[in-house]
Amino acid sequence: MGMQPQGTETAARAAQIVEALRGVEGPLLPILHGLQEEFGHVPAEALPVVAEALNLSRAEVHGVVTFYHDFRREPGGRHVLKLCRAEACQSMGAEAIARQVQEALGIGFHETAADGSVTLEPVYCLGLCACAPSAMLDGEPIGRLDAATVAEIAAEVRR
Amino acid sequence: MRPTLYIPADSGALALGAARVARAFETELLRRGLDVKVVRNGSRGLYFLEPMVEVETAAGRFAYGPVRAGDVASLLDAGLLDGGKHPLFLGETEKIPFLARQTRLTFARCGVIDPLSLDDYRAHDGLKGLEKAVAMAPADIVQTVTESGLRGRGGAGFPTGIKWKTVHDAAADRKYIVCNADEGDSATFADRMIMEGDPFVLIEGMAIAAIATGAQKGFVYIRSEYPHAVATMREAIRIATNAGVLGPSVLGSPHGFDIEVRVGAGAYVCGEETSLLNSLEGKRGVVRAKPPLPALEGLFGKPTVVNNVISLASVPIVLDRGAAFYKDFGMGRSRGTIPIQIAGNVRRGGLFEAAFGLTLGEIVEDVAGGTASGRPVKAVQVGGPLGAYFPPSLFTTPFDYEAFAQKDGLIGHAGITVFDDSADMLALAKFAFSFCAIESCGKCTPCRVGSVRGAEVLEKVATGVAREDNLALVAELCETMKFGSLCALGGFTPYPVMSAITHFPQDFAPRPRAQAAE
Ligand SMILES: Cc1cc2nc3c(=O)[nH]c(=O)nc-3n(C[C@H](O)[C@H](O)[C@H](O)COP(=O)(O)O)c2cc1C
Ligand code: SF4
Repeated sequence: MGMQPQGTETAARAAQIVEALRGVEGPLLPILHGLQEEFGHVPAEALPVVAEALNLSRAEVHGVVTFYHDFRREPGGRHVLKLCRAEACQSMGAEAIARQVQEALGIGFHETAADGSVTLEPVYCLGLCACAPSAMLDGEPIGRLDAATVAEIAAEVRR
Repeated sequence: MRPTLYIPADSGALALGAARVARAFETELLRRGLDVKVVRNGSRGLYFLEPMVEVETAAGRFAYGPVRAGDVASLLDAGLLDGGKHPLFLGETEKIPFLARQTRLTFARCGVIDPLSLDDYRAHDGLKGLEKAVAMAPADIVQTVTESGLRGRGGAGFPTGIKWKTVHDAAADRKYIVCNADEGDSATFADRMIMEGDPFVLIEGMAIAAIATGAQKGFVYIRSEYPHAVATMREAIRIATNAGVLGPSVLGSPHGFDIEVRVGAGAYVCGEETSLLNSLEGKRGVVRAKPPLPALEGLFGKPTVVNNVISLASVPIVLDRGAAFYKDFGMGRSRGTIPIQIAGNVRRGGLFEAAFGLTLGEIVEDVAGGTASGRPVKAVQVGGPLGAYFPPSLFTTPFDYEAFAQKDGLIGHAGITVFDDSADMLALAKFAFSFCAIESCGKCTPCRVGSVRGAEVLEKVATGVAREDNLALVAELCETMKFGSLCALGGFTPYPVMSAITHFPQDFAPRPRAQAAE
C-alpha cells in the first residue's frame, strides 16, 4: 500500500468512476458511493481526482467524506456486519446481542477482525423494527437475532 | 385455474427467512412437477406471521405462516395449492383480524400485487389518480390535495397542498420533486414497505406532484440501509419510463417528468429536508436556515417540493377517489389514514393502517396484543428517537397530531416502540442524548455540545452523583436545546429525555448498587 504503482492504479480506476458519473446532477455522493463499491473504502488517492474533476478543493471533498458515517477511509473486512442499536432493537435485548456479537467476532464496533474477515458497524435502524433485534450482513437482512443466529453469523464470516 | 403462490421478497420477510422458503418451494414444486405461478410480493405488514405465504385459488386467497423452509414439503402435502388445512393455515388473508381491522388506502396494494408488474398495478386501480391529474388544471390538483386535509407524514404534519401551492405559484425555469425516503426513525418501516411492495404508487404520487407544480425532475433519496428498496425503486422507475408513465410525455400528456434514485450515506440528519437537499447537491448534510423555504429556493436553488414517501403515496387515492372521500376518515385536523408501525417488544408487530383517532392503548393492547415477552408494558416511545416515552397512564391519547402535542409528545412518522418492565428509562434518556451527539450536523452549539454534556450528566445521575442538581441541569440543558437548535434533532431530543424523567421518576431515583449494575 502507498507504493507508487498501486497509487497510480487506484487513481486511474477512480478516474473512470468519476468520469462515468460527473455528468449527473449533484455528482459527489454517487461518485463516493461508486468509489466505496469499487475499493471497499474511499481511498485517499482518489480524493484529488474527484476534487479536480468537480472543481472542488480537496478540503471540500474531504469534508464531505468525513461527514457521512457510511464512507470508510480504511479498507474494511471481506464481510460487513451492521448491527442495529436503535430503540426498537434495544427493547428486544439488542444490548445483550451486541455483547455476544463482539465476543463471537472478537472485535468491537468500528473494528475489523485481524484476519480481515469482517468489519462490525453500529447502525441506527434498518427498518426491521417489527423483527428486532436485527442486523444486516453484506446487505442481507437478518431478524430476531438470538444466540444461535449470532453463532451462525460468526461461522459464516469466517468461512 | 393455475394457482398463484405469493412469497414475499420484502426485507422484513427476508430477514425472517423468506429467501430460504422461496428456494424450498422452487425445489419442491419442480420435484413434484407442479405448475404454479410464483410471485414475489411485498409484505402485508403482518411481521409476526412472516414469512407469510399466500395462495390464490378459484376459492380465494389463503395465507400460511410463519413458514419455514422445513415446512414447505408438509404444506404441499396438505394441499396448500388448493388452500388445504395445515397447522400454519391462517384462512383467508383478508379475514386475518390484524388485517381485517385496518383501513388500507395508501397500502391497499402492498403485499397484494407483484410490485414490479405495471399490469397488476393497473388491475388494482393503479394510475387512476394520475389519469385524472393529466386532465386537470395544475391549480385544481393542488386544490384537491389541500381539500383532502392530507398532512405531511414525515413528521412535521405540514399540509401537503399548501406546500405544493407555494411551488406551483413560484416562477422558475426548473422545479424539483424530492421524495424523502430517508426513514431514519427507529420503529418505522412504512416507507420501506411501500418502496419494496408497491413502488408504482410512489412514482404515481410524484408524477401527480410534478404536474401540479410544474416540476420536470424528481429524486427519491433513499437511505443506504435499504438496499432492497433502492433496487426495487430503480427497476420500477425503469419500467414506468419504458411504459410512458414517466419520461418526456407522462401518460401521453404534454408534461415531461423523470425520476432518479439517490442513495444516502448513513446520516440520520439527512432526513431533515434542507440537510437532504445539501446531501443531494453533494455537500455535507448540514441543515440550512429557513427562510428561504425549500418550496421557493430548494434543490440547486430552485423551487422544490420535499415530501415524505407516505405523503406522496397517499396522493393517488386522493385524486382517484376525491378529496371528500379521503377527508372523511380521521378526527379533528388529522384527516385520512395513518400507517402505524408497531415495533419492539410486541406480540403482533407490523404495519397497521387506520383512520386517525385510535388510542395508543387500543394499538398497544388490542392490536399488538401486549408485549412479546409477556411482561407488563412499561413505556411506549411514539414518533422515533425524537418522540416522547408514554406510560400506560397516557394510553387514552388518540392518534391525532394535536392530541399528542398536548401530551408533550409527537406522532412523527407514526412508529411506536413498546418496552416491557425491564426497560431502564435512564439508560434510554441517556441514549437519546448520545444519539443526538452522534447524528448532530454540528451547526448549533446546544445540539452539538449539549447532547454530549447531557449524556455525561445522566451518567452521573446513574451513579448517584449529586442527583438532584444533575437532574436540574438536564432540565436546563433541555430548555437550551429546545430553544437554541435550528432543527428538530437538537430541538426535540428533550422530548424523549424529559418524558422519561417526568413519567418514570423511579428510574432516576437513587438505586442500590447491584440493581444499577444490572
Ligand atoms: C433530524 C430530522 C430527521 C428527519 N427525518 C425524516 C425522514 O427520515 N423522513 C421524512 O420524510 N422526514 C424527515 N424529517 C422531516 C423533514 O424535515 C420534512 O419535514 C419532511 O420531509 C417533509 O415532508 P412531508 O411534509 O411530506 O412530511 C426529519 C426532520 C428532522 C429534523
Ligand atoms: S439542531 Fe443539531 S442537527 Fe439540527 S441544525 Fe442544529 S446542530 Fe444541526
